[in-house]
Amino acid sequence: MANTNTILTKYERDDIDSWVAKFPEGRSQSALLAALRAVMHEDHYLSTEKMDAVAEYMGLSKIAVYEVASFYSMYELDEKAAAKNSISVCTNVSCMLNGSDEIVEHIEERLGIKMGESTPDKQFFFKVEEECLAACCGAPMMQLNHVYHENLTKEKVDALLESVKTNGSLHKKETS
Amino acid sequence: MSKTESKAAKPEVVENLVTFFINDKEHQAIPGSMLIEVADASDIHIPRFCYHKKLTVAANCRMCLVEVEKAPKPLPACATPVMEGMKVWTKSEKALTAQKDTMEFLLINHPLDCPICDQGGECELQDLSMAFGASTSSYQEIKRVVVDKDIGELVSTEMTRCIQCTRCVRFGDEISGMRELGATGRGDRMEIGTFVEKSLDSELSGNIIDICPVGALTAKPSRYHSRSWEMLQSEGIGSHDGVGSNVRLHTFKNKLVRVIAGENDAINECWISDRDRFSYEGVYAQDRVKSPMIKKNGIWKEVDWIVALEAVANELKDVNPNAVGVLASARATIEEQYLLQKVMRSLGVNNIDHRLRQTDFYDQENTDLFPNLGMKIADVESTDAVMLIGSNVRKEQPMINHRIRKAVLKGAKVFTVNPRELAFNYDVAEQCVVTPNEMVAQLALIAKASFTLSKKKVPAGLSDLLKSVRATKSAKTIAECLSDAKKPAVFVGNIAQQHPAYSTIRVLALVIAENTGATFGVVGGSGNTSGAWLAGLIPHRKEAGEAVDEIGKNAAEMLNHPKKVYVLLDVELESDSDNPQQALAALNQAECVIAISPYANKKMLANADVILPSAAYSETSGTYVNLEGTWQSFKAASKSYENARPAWKILRVLGNQLDVKGFDYVSSKDVRDELKDLCDKAEDGLHKFEATGIYVPHDSASSKSLQRIGEVAEYSCDSLVRRAQSLQASKPEQQLVQLNTKEIENLGLQTVFESNLNKVQVKQGGVMVEMSITANDMIPDGCALLMAGTKSSGLLGSAFGEIEVTL
Ligand code: SF4
Ligand code: FES
Ligand code: FES
Repeated sequence: MANTNTILTKYERDDIDSWVAKFPEGRSQSALLAALRAVMHEDHYLSTEKMDAVAEYMGLSKIAVYEVASFYSMYELDEKAAAKNSISVCTNVSCMLNGSDEIVEHIEERLGIKMGESTPDKQFFFKVEEECLAACCGAPMMQLNHVYHENLTKEKVDALLESVKTNGSLHKKETS
Repeated sequence: MSKTESKAAKPEVVENLVTFFINDKEHQAIPGSMLIEVADASDIHIPRFCYHKKLTVAANCRMCLVEVEKAPKPLPACATPVMEGMKVWTKSEKALTAQKDTMEFLLINHPLDCPICDQGGECELQDLSMAFGASTSSYQEIKRVVVDKDIGELVSTEMTRCIQCTRCVRFGDEISGMRELGATGRGDRMEIGTFVEKSLDSELSGNIIDICPVGALTAKPSRYHSRSWEMLQSEGIGSHDGVGSNVRLHTFKNKLVRVIAGENDAINECWISDRDRFSYEGVYAQDRVKSPMIKKNGIWKEVDWIVALEAVANELKDVNPNAVGVLASARATIEEQYLLQKVMRSLGVNNIDHRLRQTDFYDQENTDLFPNLGMKIADVESTDAVMLIGSNVRKEQPMINHRIRKAVLKGAKVFTVNPRELAFNYDVAEQCVVTPNEMVAQLALIAKASFTLSKKKVPAGLSDLLKSVRATKSAKTIAECLSDAKKPAVFVGNIAQQHPAYSTIRVLALVIAENTGATFGVVGGSGNTSGAWLAGLIPHRKEAGEAVDEIGKNAAEMLNHPKKVYVLLDVELESDSDNPQQALAALNQAECVIAISPYANKKMLANADVILPSAAYSETSGTYVNLEGTWQSFKAASKSYENARPAWKILRVLGNQLDVKGFDYVSSKDVRDELKDLCDKAEDGLHKFEATGIYVPHDSASSKSLQRIGEVAEYSCDSLVRRAQSLQASKPEQQLVQLNTKEIENLGLQTVFESNLNKVQVKQGGVMVEMSITANDMIPDGCALLMAGTKSSGLLGSAFGEIEVTL
């Protein structure tokens, strides 16, 4: 355990403990989603080392953690994806018809990276989003750190990115 | 578990059965049974991929869809419980269409590579696609490709072929108790694998080959050797542990090329250990002996059988029987063992033994007719408290460990007393880890607690040992837990049997069992250890436990006080004996060493004078008796290699040459029947023990030396498995010397880890050997794990002696 304690941060351990406590004894696996979210909060991606530590800390087999981590697209498994802020621009049908391609192009240009990459200063990760994000009525739209922003224009995108860069954190709520 | 209970209760509560109809025929079953189980029991075939009778229901493949009256859509038979009045059709148009459609979906991403697939011809997907599929597909797009995983030496993967039935995943979770494979990713990207690069570690890993319905997981060692329809299948018995797992031997052009699990619910259900599955590779080792050989003036010459057997007969005819030592394998068939001792005893030889790794024989006369489990193998899973003494049961007897695991899942508590901490695949209530020398003292604590608890009087022989012992809290808990249990068991294993104070350990185990009402049993030994006792391959009893006139020397004495002549049956003393140094010295000084053996390695060529090549595994008919006393006979599956002959035939001719009476057996069955009759009549004095004059081990390890823990490595227990290359490659760590971190620092050895070689010098009995070291914190202070039967151990001394480890 000494090992796990040094790999997982105090924040991660406390958060896992509080979630595990919410489930009946022996059902710690139910707290796994929350545990991985805690790691995402700290590292912005899930390293194998951290996943193994979570497995050991929670008494689960490693593969059980890998399965969950690889299933949900909210978890990033690649170190390259680790950045403070995550941008997902929907490119599914409704958004595409309403000009999502231009938004994507604009963001790529502004940040100087391609979709699927993160900026060298680790401020932004531009995620490849494949599914409809279920906000078609406000197309084109994007999700910035779990918050939806609809009816996008280039200017709006600029303002948003600027604001998270100066005062943004993963948990800060913003409205569009 | 209520299901198994209600099954057992079936005859009495007939009124509880539900009545329903499959294909318009009336059926009855216990409520809650799944349709597919009932159909299987009545020989109604429903196609399936994900369903497996020994695994939980996943219902993810949808191949088993059947039509059910009033159900709007077809229902999966594997997940549909039978209900009163239910009407089911398994072959109606609706059912068949659903199955056909499922098949089409399954084949969307499945490659059409059957001609180059090892599973071809025995593939469930291929079979069902022939029976239920269409010949064309509406899918025209590109199929997905999945990268293969390297999961070790035993199982090869072709993951594009996987249909994601998750049988292999559930197997890890539910049977092997180690989740190694999982389903990562999702949707059409879902893949079965280990996610990180990793070799499978479970001792049961090969079973996923049998249960994978397609060619995604196949046996690496036999891959591409032959097609399934070219092979012949025979029934066989696993030979490396006391379980006697039923196996199926596959031969191609008279050679054994593959082994898969057989089915026997009373013994191995439908699983086998990797050791029983892959050891066959050793059959065709480089050093198989082609013809009988005689050494003259240091030069080996191949000779005719007649010449060789005459030479052996002449050698044995006039020799003083006390100067002969007979050492035989516990893996030999009971027919071989019986004939060997019959020939030798007819010459007056009583120095006969198969217990080559045992060193303490003090109470051998008080033991059972043969070492046994004390219960049926299947009953192990209904025990509710188990104490394991000197037993790495998971590696020694994997299928018994599987039953203990089942018991634990039902709530049984397991306690262990072992010289190192072991990784179990279930929760163990307490592992008492002590050095080998402290094992007796540790057991004395528990024994004392059991006496206090049962209010029984300590017998005279134990009073010295237990007089000043104060039971600890943990000892009391163990004793209480055993006596509170309904079906407790106390088992001693291989480590106990090889321990220098085995008789004391055994007696303590027996009293603990008696005081707590537990069943005493032995969970150790090789494929025919029980048979060896029944056959009379021991110095103190003849066949079927009959008394001898004069007790002969045991294995340790025979090697300790060397004999003039040795007769060896499938034995390699450098790997099979407790003290290789001593054993080899004994052979070296002998005037004549006669070896009946399938193999002749360098040491055998150096030490033997006559080698009679015997048939190896699968090449002879015979019988093994397992730990529950079941006799299992088998036929030869393949032809003997070159001029090798089954050992029972060699011994029959030898008996005739020596004019021994009653050697006119026609088949191995005649031999078996003769012995079986005697054994059936034999009285079994169960667990007699006399606790007088207990041997107490010395513990005077000098400060520099460590106690060696020399348990036999998983894949080094006999001549066959030592030659099985894939198994050897899969467990390189068994060749290492292992110490805990603290001890490594104490001895100033940490610097070896700075270079990558990790080499240290290991010294025992005046011989220094260079070995690789690794840290293992599951080993107690003052000890070094250096397994027996391995390469380096062949140069060293006693398995539980003292050793030094230096830079
Ligand atoms: S590898 Fe075989 S057993 Fe495992 S999920 Fe795929 S098809 Fe099923
Ligand atoms: S298509 Fe973009 S939100 Fe639905
Ligand atoms: S066997 Fe029933 S769904 Fe797979």
